[in-house]
Amino acid sequence: MAEIIVVTSGKGGVGKTTTSASLACGLAKAGKKTAVIDFDVGLRNLDLIMGCERRVVYDFVNVVHGEANLKQALIKDKRFENLYVLAASQTRDKDALTKEGVEKVLNDIAADGFDFIVCDSPAGIEKGAFLAMYFADRAVVVVNPEVSSVRDSDRILGLLASKTRKAENGERVKEHLLLTRYSPERVEKGDMLSIDDVQEILGLNVIGVIPESPEVLQSSNSGNPVILDETSQAGMAYVDAVARILGEDKPLRFTTVEKKGFFSKMFRS
Amino acid sequence: MGIFDFLTQRNKNTANVAKNRLRILIEQERGMRDAPDYLPLLQRELLEVIRKYINVDVDAVKVDLHKDGEHNLLDISVALPEKES
Repeated sequence: MAEIIVVTSGKGGVGKTTTSASLACGLAKAGKKTAVIDFDVGLRNLDLIMGCERRVVYDFVNVVHGEANLKQALIKDKRFENLYVLAASQTRDKDALTKEGVEKVLNDIAADGFDFIVCDSPAGIEKGAFLAMYFADRAVVVVNPEVSSVRDSDRILGLLASKTRKAENGERVKEHLLLTRYSPERVEKGDMLSIDDVQEILGLNVIGVIPESPEVLQSSNSGNPVILDETSQAGMAYVDAVARILGEDKPLRFTTVEKKGFFSKMFRS
Repeated sequence: MGIFDFLTQRNKNTANVAKNRLRILIEQERGMRDAPDYLPLLQRELLEVIRKYINVDVDAVKVDLHKDGEHNLLDISVALPEKES
């Protein structure tokens, strides 16, 4: 049975695609056969973050419409042989995806022996976001420690509890928060909501805390998900988050202010 | 501006402000989450009708849906302005 994980947030720009790409790579690296699907029809970007943008021939909408089969559309990752990307289409037709069509594609992927299907949701609460979460077993709600992101996350949590297949069957989607762009220094100064603040407001625990770090942009630039940069704090924090998704118990790292000496303060870029 | 103003500026904890604002807002929004879609419109139309007769503020009409045992209770409250005399 494939487990379907939606990566969602409501608000845009908080790190959904970065997270989807890193979680998918991490799961694949842990030996799980994983597919990651871009639900952002019209604004395809996962391919770019995954570094396979030049190998997109067929996309998600092509498969839903029967213009290509799944085998043709799933792009095999160059780093992990058990990792596949399904790109979003560039069409402007918002109704290109249907519930039945998405269900069939997810069922076909599951039948192909996949362990995990990661659904990268578009921002907003419209059809694409709805379809990305509808079939989910588990949700990773990406949130920044910032008022609008926290508010939108609460909205999304409400939808996960009511507008999903699990909810309609009287079950619950397993929900987690993933706090990104976290800055322990700013939290200490009182400029930023802390992990506890966000957990308390949203009534949910974090499955990971990704510190704000320059490597995230560098990784996007080069098309190598940041989780693969195991020298970066963000990369290591994603490795921990994947371990927790797989049931391991890992303490949070990089969530307190590092005590730095004078020289490292002076010379750290 | 006193010369020590920068000290009080420094101590302003905006994270706490954010937390308190979010707490209030999210509690309110969760209350509305299960409410029917027509509630905001109902509230607006009620306000318009009331304003034909009484000069009330825009936030004078509150419409809430409560669960009272097995029943849903539509709670409409109108804050009237203080009597001018």
